[in-house]
Amino acid sequence: MVWKLSPVSVWRHRIPRYRLIGKECKKCGKHHYPPKLACPYCGSRDLKNIELPRSGIIETYTVIYEVGEEFRHKAPVVIGLVKLDDGTRVIAPITDVAEDELEIGLRVEATFRRIRDGDHFGVIGYGLSFRPIRTNVSKTSS
Amino acid sequence: MSKIYIGGVGLNRVGRHFKKDIVDLAYEVSLEAINEAGIEPDAVIISNSLGNVLQKQNNLAQYISSSIGLRGKTAYHVEAGDGSGGAAIHIAYTLLKAKIASSVLVVGVEKMTDYPSHVTHTALSQLLNYEYEAYYGATLSGIAALIMRYYMKKYEVSRDAVSEWPVLMHYNASKNPYAQIRKTITKENVKESQIIADPLTLFDISPIGDGAAAVLLVGEDYEHQLEEKPEVFLDTVVHHAYELELTLREDLAALPTVRETVDLALKKANLRIQDIDVIELHDSFTITGLLILEEAGLAERGRAAYLLSDGRFRHGDKPEVNLSGGLKARGNPIGATGVYQVAEVAMQLRGAFPGLQSNSPEIGLVINMSGIGSSVSSIVIRKR
Repeated sequence: MVWKLSPVSVWRHRIPRYRLIGKECKKCGKHHYPPKLACPYCGSRDLKNIELPRSGIIETYTVIYEVGEEFRHKAPVVIGLVKLDDGTRVIAPITDVAEDELEIGLRVEATFRRIRDGDHFGVIGYGLSFRPIRTNVSKTSS
Repeated sequence: MSKIYIGGVGLNRVGRHFKKDIVDLAYEVSLEAINEAGIEPDAVIISNSLGNVLQKQNNLAQYISSSIGLRGKTAYHVEAGDGSGGAAIHIAYTLLKAKIASSVLVVGVEKMTDYPSHVTHTALSQLLNYEYEAYYGATLSGIAALIMRYYMKKYEVSRDAVSEWPVLMHYNASKNPYAQIRKTITKENVKESQIIADPLTLFDISPIGDGAAAVLLVGEDYEHQLEEKPEVFLDTVVHHAYELELTLREDLAALPTVRETVDLALKKANLRIQDIDVIELHDSFTITGLLILEEAGLAERGRAAYLLSDGRFRHGDKPEVNLSGGLKARGNPIGATGVYQVAEVAMQLRGAFPGLQSNSPEIGLVINMSGIGSSVSSIVIRKR
């Protein structure tokens, strides 16, 4: 069974997916992601697009060994639930990290990555992954 | 108010039925339910989730109902992930309450073993938000793992403590002839088994299996058609739908959707949770089993596992929880699961469950859920 990525669907989701565009509720002020047409917290349909912060902390994470078919060659897949600096939550792969570095509270930043390989239609699925924020520079210089 | 009776039930043992297709499985249980009730239904609800992916078959209600000798009836297919069964019962209940139908056959059926497990996992990941969760490689088990890690850290619950759940479920299932896995396990087995999505191991997730269950429901005005007066009736059925995404939930270690529907179902039935004798709840994962106990008001937050180690919720307690072995060990044939739960509670109330039988229960509760709470059905079943 081949799961095909739709070229049209990949194109349609490019803005919220690549630029991390969520929604802000004009009534209760809360942000959410992925973007909906009604606020998941107060139900208001009066929303506006908002570019979300690209850094946050890992609130919880998992290392998935029993992956779906299209991720078998990449297994295990590390998936994090990232709480962005404004409190909005995002599910995304965690990348550039050793398994023993993973911990709740780890600071991470978004990075543009290839998520899924070309398939039947030659479509490559891109998206955001999150990587640890490495502070190689000494504290005095920051 | 007119009562909706359970006139007949039928169950298959959950497992790998390589020789049977989706119609064969549905046929056996439908016939059992019809024969027991002694009447043919005038409407059929087929509950199935993965058939259009794994069997590549749509038009499912028409396909199955006409294949099993029920052509020319009202027939619907209901899909709500592993909450399909509860949703199907709700529709049947509604048709009967409205007296649009006099008897409705609800058939839950799922055929999950036609492909290797990674294909089935891909199909199951369609229970998530496909574009913003599954797209990135998240699986249903993966999302449950995110919740479990968060819960264990927040409430400082150890690996061994949460393992109380699968150990109890496997014990209960070892007595149930319809259970997929009839072997007892230890906490060490749970800890040392294959990691599926860390921290979830093989024994924290419900197994992949084929299964079918049927219940034949009948309205009070038509009950005289039955050969024997049914002993149990559906008191209340509540079904609500919510967001699919974990990211949109305010507390990651909660299933507010369960609390809301259980509270409403109990209120409508004029009952408290303490009145319930037997419960079949939706432990698709160790963590969902524990969270549902907490949301149903049977344990404080973070305490469910400790109550289990104190001996609560097993055979002989009140309430007795998942005497079938639950999704964990009876099995979780996705679209059929909710119908199994209703059939099992009905059998308990009749005193006819062939596994661990509750001692003269009067009131039962089913909690059937899709995904990690994207829909929940809470169903109160009583003896007449």
